[in-house]
Amino acid sequence: MEDVIEPTAAKLRRERSLSLEAAFIVMVALFIVGPFVLYPVFLMKALCFALFACAFNLLIGYVGLASFGHALFFGWASYLTAYAAKTWGASPELAILAGVAVAALLGVVVGGLAIRRQGIYFAMITLALSQMMYFFALEAKFTGGEDGIQGVPRGRLFGVFNLSNEMTMYAFVLVVVVAGFLLVYRIINSPFGEVLKAIRENEQRAISLGYRTERYKLVAFVLSATLAGLAGSLKALVFQLASLTDVHWTMSGDVLLMTLLGGLGTVFGPVVGAFAVVAMQNYLAPFGQWVLVIQGAIFVVCVLAFRRGIVGELARVLRVPL
Amino acid sequence: MFEIFGIPSQALFGQLLLGLINGSFYALLSLGLAVIFGMLNIINFTHGAQYMMGAFAADLLLQYVGINYWGALVIAPILIGATGIVIERLLLQHLRKLDPLYGLLLTFGLALVIEGLFRNYYGSSGLPYQVPDALRGGRNLGFMFLPNYRGWVIVLSLAVCLATWFAIERTRLGSYLRAATENPVLVRAFGINVPRMVTLTYGLGVGLAALAGVMAAPIYNVSLQMGSDLIIVVFAVVVIGGMGSILGAIVTGFVLGIVEGLTKVFYPEASNTVIFVIMAVVLLIRPAGLFGRSA
Repeated sequence: MEDVIEPTAAKLRRERSLSLEAAFIVMVALFIVGPFVLYPVFLMKALCFALFACAFNLLIGYVGLASFGHALFFGWASYLTAYAAKTWGASPELAILAGVAVAALLGVVVGGLAIRRQGIYFAMITLALSQMMYFFALEAKFTGGEDGIQGVPRGRLFGVFNLSNEMTMYAFVLVVVVAGFLLVYRIINSPFGEVLKAIRENEQRAISLGYRTERYKLVAFVLSATLAGLAGSLKALVFQLASLTDVHWTMSGDVLLMTLLGGLGTVFGPVVGAFAVVAMQNYLAPFGQWVLVIQGAIFVVCVLAFRRGIVGELARVLRVPL
Repeated sequence: MFEIFGIPSQALFGQLLLGLINGSFYALLSLGLAVIFGMLNIINFTHGAQYMMGAFAADLLLQYVGINYWGALVIAPILIGATGIVIERLLLQHLRKLDPLYGLLLTFGLALVIEGLFRNYYGSSGLPYQVPDALRGGRNLGFMFLPNYRGWVIVLSLAVCLATWFAIERTRLGSYLRAATENPVLVRAFGINVPRMVTLTYGLGVGLAALAGVMAAPIYNVSLQMGSDLIIVVFAVVVIGGMGSILGAIVTGFVLGIVEGLTKVFYPEASNTVIFVIMAVVLLIRPAGLFGRSA
């Protein structure tokens, strides 16, 4: 029996990693060609959101926890990075570190509270806590209230690379986002990630097998919050701006839409979803409030008829994991 | 005029009244959420938008049909409730076998659609809505001045909340409803049309939200943001109270409104956030919520 099954399993595993590798190479190749064809700032925005959505997908797609408050980590990290770079004159790498550290810290607090309840309560708690931090951002002095923090200097990375150059900035964003993407991939394919998936499928069972699911959920939450923070910090440097939009609940809705549209629990879904939504917001901007209507309609359609998302459907048609 | 804890009594009672008004809306909305959740197992994210639609319906009825506040109080909840029934039939009924998360996502999308549509036609500035003639003015209670309309809102919302509680906990129809919440299959086997009850329940919950919207129209301006800001606070209220109990939702709503009002007197900076802080504390001490059964 072993002889028969083993080669098949190995073959399957090889095919699986082949399709993923091929897709990864195509993705990175597109990112490298991208700035020569399209507007780099647009691409950088989409890349930041791709990382944000990957971080979000780690939680909703692989642990089954739906956070409605991820703007909290994205926005507060972007505030801290902007403040550190502008007021303290910190170098970009230190400014990003400051933002990411704050996101991780907030992740510990919010995650610790939110995982005390399951299911939809989890969603409501994260939403409420992020709204609370929105009000803090609105009233705190250092965030600049309605104006936000504008004119953030991009600075010199490690004192060498001048990020004011659009292409240098693009290369930096690309490296960080791809590293973040690979980190998420590594997490979900580690033994730790397998436990997360077990919790998603059946938490009671995972508990009965001896896993302290609370801890796993909290660590996953903090990881997700930290990576969301990294995305927010990058965004602050790209746009040289941190504002209330980044902490508002609509931002949490946006990242949810990206992940849902791309495909919950797929490796490439969040990236595809992020590009689709950012492109849509960009090209439909002249139609004003119809963007909101269209986004809402996409939610409805995705939930009713398209729950696998773009990449999920593609993977089903091609019969490969993506 | 006298002072309590160094605060002029006028200011204190004034804020208490405002808190009680806000509490009325928290109670009405969290009640609707709890009723809907009980039957459909869905958190109705559209609730805020439906509250806003109620207020706009009152305004439109006045402008185009000439129906005044009293007419709107009856007609708007019926109209908006009917749209709720359509939504349930067309969309929500297909989610019955799915994870409740999808209900949240779908109703969130609907809220965006509604907000976007209204924004196209009304812009984002608020519209004033006049207090009905019969409730103009106010009366002096000796210790404070009570505008008649505000007194009316508190009395009406208490009455509606208690009537809903009575209908669900003390009538035969309510007992069917509660039974169907516990075990829909068994209740269907007894020959009761459960899907129709589910549809009507959603319509009722949405109607409650629209009623709150009509009541709110003369107090706050009729505006697009009125629902989305409120619904998040109401979610926190629901987390604090737990959705297991109808009476719990009502009591929590009123109490938190009053707490918020008092915060405005003693520490105004925290008045926006106090309910969220209370939610965090409740989660630490009693994760299931004050009136909730542990899931």
